[in-house]
Amino acid sequence: MKRQYMLSLVLTGVLVMLGSRAMADEFSKQDLKLWQDEYMAAVKQGRQVFTDGKLGSNGIVCAQCHPNGANTHPETYPKFQKQLGKVAQMWEMVNWCIRNPLEGKNLAADDHRMNAILSYIAYERRGVKLTPGKH
Amino acid sequence: MKRRHFLKGAGALMAGGVLPISLVEVAFGKTQQDNFRFAYISDSHIQQIKGNAFVRNFDRGLTRAVAECNMMDPKPDFVMYGGDLAQLGSKPEIDHGLEIMSACKYKTHYVMGEHDYYLDLGKYWESQLGPQWYSFDHKGVHFVVLNSIIVDDKWTNKWSSGEERMGVMAGLDNPLGSPFMVGAAQRAWLKKDLAKVSKDTPLVVFSHSPLQKIYKGWNFWTDDAEQIQAILKPFKKVNVFYGHVHQIQYNQIGNISFHSVMATAWPWPYPSTYSQAASHLPKLTVEMNRADPFFERDATGWQFIDVWSGNTSMHLQLPENNPRTVAFNQKRKRPEDTKYQSRRIPPQKHY
Repeated sequence: MKRQYMLSLVLTGVLVMLGSRAMADEFSKQDLKLWQDEYMAAVKQGRQVFTDGKLGSNGIVCAQCHPNGANTHPETYPKFQKQLGKVAQMWEMVNWCIRNPLEGKNLAADDHRMNAILSYIAYERRGVKLTPGKH
Repeated sequence: MKRRHFLKGAGALMAGGVLPISLVEVAFGKTQQDNFRFAYISDSHIQQIKGNAFVRNFDRGLTRAVAECNMMDPKPDFVMYGGDLAQLGSKPEIDHGLEIMSACKYKTHYVMGEHDYYLDLGKYWESQLGPQWYSFDHKGVHFVVLNSIIVDDKWTNKWSSGEERMGVMAGLDNPLGSPFMVGAAQRAWLKKDLAKVSKDTPLVVFSHSPLQKIYKGWNFWTDDAEQIQAILKPFKKVNVFYGHVHQIQYNQIGNISFHSVMATAWPWPYPSTYSQAASHLPKLTVEMNRADPFFERDATGWQFIDVWSGNTSMHLQLPENNPRTVAFNQKRKRPEDTKYQSRRIPPQKHY
């Protein structure tokens, strides 16, 4: 009896261990680090795009007007933009800047460079509380 | 009366612009014939794309400032150019900038900016415009020009090329940059230059970077600012004008009034809007108006200045924006905005 009980305990333990691999709602410190590293890689790439004279057509870079991403206000989007005549998302304003001061062409909303720019801008503004709609 | 129409015929040039101007003259001290003003244009960042193609926006900013300046009535006695004529200090950029400036009808004195300097340490600029620091006298006021954007030799000499060095220094927020200073050689020269000036002579000092410490991360800063201020301390009336910051700033430290000037190229955020670092914008400053970031010339401009009394009246000319005047308040002994000092409007709030 005792022996059988021990065996079932061991088996249960093995099953729990096997089971934990398949469970989606748990993650480890390594996972957290991996995800943070992935985000920081996007931030780093974003800084490169933000200072890349080839993003537009005239050599102007985003950081020329927005040192450290300042005056971009990611925490205020979505918000009404008078000249766009509607409530706009941040990527639409990024494209406005690419089209106008940079004299370039729109990036797709899911272009990896757009993703990188938005990641960088948000990082430079971390800790500031959300104020959607604010001017 | 004439003074009220200082931009004669400017209406035709600026379609839709509401034309100024109520000039606030702080009339005291000197006699009427000493009354004069000068215009101040700065930070045009003329940027070459390729060959004879330059960034149109920045060309337009400088062209407009020169055209408006030419229409001043009464005329300015001279023009100051506050530095950063070029973006990357190249011969084509400096040449193109000076070509636009050549339309200016008045004698112009130039200040060195870091964007003019770090490609060849100011050699081409100097060949066209003369020494990097100098002084002159005008109608009882002593004017001094300093090169405040030099850094230590170790940083200056560590790059593989002038282009690399210029590229790093051209990024305002580039962490590989280095803090600006005037340096020992110019401080010694300044002491010598001022030795022959009486202590009650009004003094005006031009620099590119602020001779006060606001935010080191963007070089809104001069490392030896306190030492320069100490040299200026014995004089009764001292005015320091600087470019570089692309925004309105003003301050009073002891006997010294500080005023920044606008850029013709583009505005910069106030350092307080960068949420990851502390900065020290003078409390006195009512920030510039960011009425419409969609407008190409938003928060840019030029200015004309009265200093004949020994104290500054700074008249900021802001495209499609009400002009602003920041003048010395005799009672409170500090510069104040004559309209907005105690009642700011929403576009002057930056966050």
